[in-house]
Amino acid sequence: MIIQHPLLGARDAAEFTYLGDAAMLMRPDPANASHPDKLMTAFHDYVHLRDNPAGIHKELWFHEQGDRSWLVVTRNVSTHEIISVELASDVKKASKRKSK
Amino acid sequence: MRYSIWSVLKQGLRSNRDWKPAWRDPEPKASYDAIIVGGGGHGLATAYYLASEHGMTNIAVIEKGWIGGGNVGRNTTIIRSNYLLPGNEAFYELSLKLWEGLEQSINYNAMVSQRGIINLFHSDAQRDAAVRRGNSMIMHGADATLLDEHDLRQICPFLDFENARFPIKGGLMQKRGGSVRHDAVAWGYARAADLLGVDIIQNCEVTGFIMESGKCVGVDTSRGKIRAKKTGVAVAGSTSRVMGKAGMRLPIESHVLQAFVSEGLKPIIPGVVTYGAGHFYISQSDKGGLVFGGDIDGYNSYAQRGNLPVVEDVCEGGMAVMPMIGKARLLRMWGGIMDMSMDGSPFIDKTDIPGLYLNAGWCYGGFKATPGSGWCFAHLLATDQSHDVAKAYRIDRFQSGAALDEKGAGAQPNLH
Ligand SMILES: Cc1cc2nc3c(=O)[nH]c(=O)nc-3n(C[C@H](O)[C@H](O)[C@H](O)COP(=O)(O)OP(=O)(O)OC[C@H]3O[C@@H](n4cnc5c(N)ncnc54)[C@H](O)[C@@H]3O)c2cc1C
Repeated sequence: MIIQHPLLGARDAAEFTYLGDAAMLMRPDPANASHPDKLMTAFHDYVHLRDNPAGIHKELWFHEQGDRSWLVVTRNVSTHEIISVELASDVKKASKRKSK
Repeated sequence: MRYSIWSVLKQGLRSNRDWKPAWRDPEPKASYDAIIVGGGGHGLATAYYLASEHGMTNIAVIEKGWIGGGNVGRNTTIIRSNYLLPGNEAFYELSLKLWEGLEQSINYNAMVSQRGIINLFHSDAQRDAAVRRGNSMIMHGADATLLDEHDLRQICPFLDFENARFPIKGGLMQKRGGSVRHDAVAWGYARAADLLGVDIIQNCEVTGFIMESGKCVGVDTSRGKIRAKKTGVAVAGSTSRVMGKAGMRLPIESHVLQAFVSEGLKPIIPGVVTYGAGHFYISQSDKGGLVFGGDIDGYNSYAQRGNLPVVEDVCEGGMAVMPMIGKARLLRMWGGIMDMSMDGSPFIDKTDIPGLYLNAGWCYGGFKATPGSGWCFAHLLATDQSHDVAKAYRIDRFQSGAALDEKGAGAQPNLH
């Protein structure tokens, strides 16, 4: 697979380390939890449960042998086709803006 | 018809005219006592043991493609019970014992071959870990033998003992480990279950579950509704997709693992050998092909084919441990989709939905588990109680803090 790095251009996927579902960018916020049990459930979901869809999947890739940036790669996991690539920091900023 | 030397001779004399299909191709009935979704090794074994051990014969296995087309026919066929943790070792040892009696009980030649498995070690620390694992195995009634370099040279003289980076210092051997002809396992269980009255329904995809007042009472399929008092799901790499239809999110990611087979060669590799400093395992099939593999590709995939970086990694592992295989030519390679769980261990459990049961999370080690998994899943379906050796395989174990992490890698499926 060739990943179109937003800053560096086309890079071989072998340069990257894979973490998993980009939902992991959205860690539950302990400050917002109404009850400790709810927090436990939220963290259990966050750490252990996955949608694991067959089809389009947003996922975190780390450019370990490159510029060490985290990317959000949107990929069709049934065909290995890469649809879009963004810097994870941009995705995170955008989501913060939205939630404000 | 019972298979034996006599039936082969008799049919041979009659120009093989009278062989019957090994199982029927029935139309699905409107309802069953139990349905198993997924005609892989685990689903078929479950059906067989439900019928043979629990007398439940009004049951069906529902398979979306053809039986044996999933991981049961794609794996590198290694069987063993060399696990470390108490929650695992007793289960895998039960499974290995069932392999030992399998061919007699299902009257099918699955070519179960206990040619031994050797896990190599390359340092003092790895030797200590091997001793600990071996002791744990022996305490659970399995067998384990520690081989030093001298013993190992007698068995596998072709290994790169003097490798500069990872010299080979010995290995932990399980003599009762080995390999089995994988598709014969699917066919053998299917035939034996069919003979006991189980309906094996192929080309029938489960598309949803029939829910009535919070209970699962059957499945929607591409061939209509099929009702059942109990529904057990054993669909390996498709687990999240299928259980998603019941609204469940699971601690599972689907990943692709590749396997490789070389051209046929004269017998050279006596059993199964696994590399201790990288991920590489190899055996030789009875046809002579070297059967080998390594790591999963490492990213979520439902594609049933992998990418080249892992091919390179596997071949590097092979060259590091037995340089002679560099001369062999690769004949075939393929991929299978595995249900990688968050701790590398499986689930055999009820779900929160009454009537719906789950068997999943086998990662890339579920072939060896086939008989044990079928045995324990049948026990659960028939009695509503977990089998003693499968008690640790609960779906809620991450919530309760009772994860079963052989590798100690944490909740990262691609590291198990
Ligand atoms: C390359 C490779 C090498 C491996 N090597 C080993 C090894 O050496 N040793 C070992 O112990 N394990 C190994 N494994 C793992 C092992 O093969 C699996 O863990 C095991 O086979 C999974 O159980 P199964 O046989 O029931 O799965 P499968 O054979 O995959 O069965 C699942 C079935 O469910 C069906 N299905 C899916 N969705 C639906 C639906 N909606 N409706 C109806 N049916 C459906 C599928 O078509 C499939 O036939 C390997 C796996 C791979 C891919």
